[in-house]
Amino acid sequence: MSARDAILNKVRASLGAGNGPRAKVVRERLDGAPRGLIPERGQLPDAARIDLFAAQAEKVHATTERLASYADLPAAVTAYLRSKNLSASIRMGDDPRLNGADWSMQAALEIRRGPSDGNDETGLSHAFGAVAETGTLVLHSGAENPTTVNFLPEHHLVIVDAKDVAGDLETVLARVRETFGKGQMPRTLNMITGPSRSGDIEQKMLLGAHGPRALHIMVVGS
Amino acid sequence: MQIRSPEFKANSVKALSDAQLQKALGNVRAGFIDKRKKAVDALPEFDALRENGKAIKDHTLANLDLYLENYEAQVKAAGGHVHWAETAEDARRIILDLCASRGVKTVTKGKSMISEEIALNDALEAAGVRPVETDLGEYIIQLRGEHPSHIIAPAVHLNKEQIEADFRRVHTHLPADRELVEHEKLLTEARAVLREQYFKADLGITGANFLVAETGSSIIVTNEGNGDLTQILPRIHVVVASIEKVVPTLEDAAQILRLLARSATGQDMSVYTTISTGGRREGDPDGPDEYHVVLLDNGRSSMLGTEFQEMLRCIRCGACMNHCPVYHAVGGHAYGWVYPGPMGAVLTPSLIGVDKGGHLPNASTFCGRCESVCPMKIPLPKMMRHWREREFERGLNPAAARYGLKAWAFFARRPSLYRFFASLGIPVLSAAGGAKHRFSWLPFAGGWTKYRELPAPEGRTFLQQWAQREAKKQEPVR
Ligand code: SF4
Repeated sequence: MSARDAILNKVRASLGAGNGPRAKVVRERLDGAPRGLIPERGQLPDAARIDLFAAQAEKVHATTERLASYADLPAAVTAYLRSKNLSASIRMGDDPRLNGADWSMQAALEIRRGPSDGNDETGLSHAFGAVAETGTLVLHSGAENPTTVNFLPEHHLVIVDAKDVAGDLETVLARVRETFGKGQMPRTLNMITGPSRSGDIEQKMLLGAHGPRALHIMVVGS
Repeated sequence: MQIRSPEFKANSVKALSDAQLQKALGNVRAGFIDKRKKAVDALPEFDALRENGKAIKDHTLANLDLYLENYEAQVKAAGGHVHWAETAEDARRIILDLCASRGVKTVTKGKSMISEEIALNDALEAAGVRPVETDLGEYIIQLRGEHPSHIIAPAVHLNKEQIEADFRRVHTHLPADRELVEHEKLLTEARAVLREQYFKADLGITGANFLVAETGSSIIVTNEGNGDLTQILPRIHVVVASIEKVVPTLEDAAQILRLLARSATGQDMSVYTTISTGGRREGDPDGPDEYHVVLLDNGRSSMLGTEFQEMLRCIRCGACMNHCPVYHAVGGHAYGWVYPGPMGAVLTPSLIGVDKGGHLPNASTFCGRCESVCPMKIPLPKMMRHWREREFERGLNPAAARYGLKAWAFFARRPSLYRFFASLGIPVLSAAGGAKHRFSWLPFAGGWTKYRELPAPEGRTFLQQWAQREAKKQEPVR
């Protein structure tokens, strides 16, 4: 008997499980994917929800900024790099929303395309969505926004569309399901809540463990 | 790892007199308890979510075979591979075979308790593969040749001076006169050293906090980002997870995620929660080519349908040990195997046998704090009592305790004899206690009287006092 069958048989024997209605109950749960209890905290009208998102993100040491439109993005990126004394260079993928901005206005800014090789000081990504309840960004893998850009640069700049800031994680997960199809997922879905940190030395919280030391979020639109 | 649980008593005596350890353990009390409380108090729905979390896991466990089958089908549909392992040895062999067939020399590892449970690092090293732990705490204890002393804070038993000494001993390529006193300096050094390793590794191993049956995904939760670099940079990503980690849907995982970080570190959400499904897709510029899951049973299927089934709801948050007075006093290593604290006291005998782990359930004051903070509402004290009963049934506890209990049972079954001897005993013991009414030495109780005095009984027996109270109640109220 294969290990698989041995394990499944043991599970069945221990549970004393007959087949009965179990298969139907399980199928319905998998198909229906019922939402559980959603905390009140994030269930707010648009403006208040975006304010909550920013406040929650700042609580976990991210910085935030509001942009009126994508046209403001290149100048905002340059301003951030200057304010932190960073080199005028960013790593980013091939996201059409990022490409749509007019980067030529920032003549001194170097734009490196594609996944990060670990030699980038600053990365720029476009988030799929965000969660106001916890100040969390949600990003998925792909050529538009390579996953390495989320983790290798020291500074991670993330832009998110105001209309994609949901109250709760379940709403974003439902959108993932709609976008990729039921039961299908991108290779990686990253939920990011603040910059990387560690408390492993004497329980003292330090920022910048293995991922970015700084996370800067730009919410575009309203 | 070598099982040292039967030596719990001796381990504890050593731990209590270890000044470095006692200093470090202060960080557990100071670090975790308040943070958890604040985060829990800030979410009015927390208790209702606990009920939901429990219900989700109970439902999943009752249908575990079906959810595992669906999970496996979805992993395959996403191009991944599932390897079933009945025992720790099977799991090690599967991973070693993967390494051998793919010419793997270096393995980076995210934090995984299952990897500890199957003693993977020793097996890899013996096979000539170099394992590199990348979680800062795990990295530190790997340098020291130790094992985790806590399930979410593996190096919580260490102070920074010890860590500095280890870095100086091992990182000999760095200038000897470098400044390394502050916490930040230590972190920066580890970050730089480990960065190189991520790029060198051929294969990355992570654990899983959840497996999602609906999508065939594994989910990891970390703060450092090491688990992510471990899985996106090497060619091959291997997930090691035990069968009870499965939940039905993404929504179910989202419910339990609200409990996990709050209970563990007092965060609303850990920094990185990552859902991984299969290998790199067409057009993906990064990520692993291959995705494998090693699904471990190792005794869990036999816990189903027993009084220990509820332990399989555990999400490894660590809250029970963070709130345990015994853990605070002796730390995690005294427990002698992978899982310490109250959850370890219940799980260890299930996984390695009551003959080897049966002593651990005695390491409890039955104060009940573990159960009251457990996000999955696992009745830990009740289950420790079950183990004590089994230990007694199988004659595994010390002879003196067994004879004492037997003698007590003889009298307890004969109430009039019991009462007669008890009423005789009190005046005798009371007189023997002397003017202080305390014993500083008693036969068979040296373990107690060595450290403190035992008050001598006075007055009347409980039953006599009870009868008197009841009689009073009957008196008419004037
Ligand atoms: S037993 Fe409960 S409190 Fe302890 S680690 Fe498991 S889930 Fe957390």
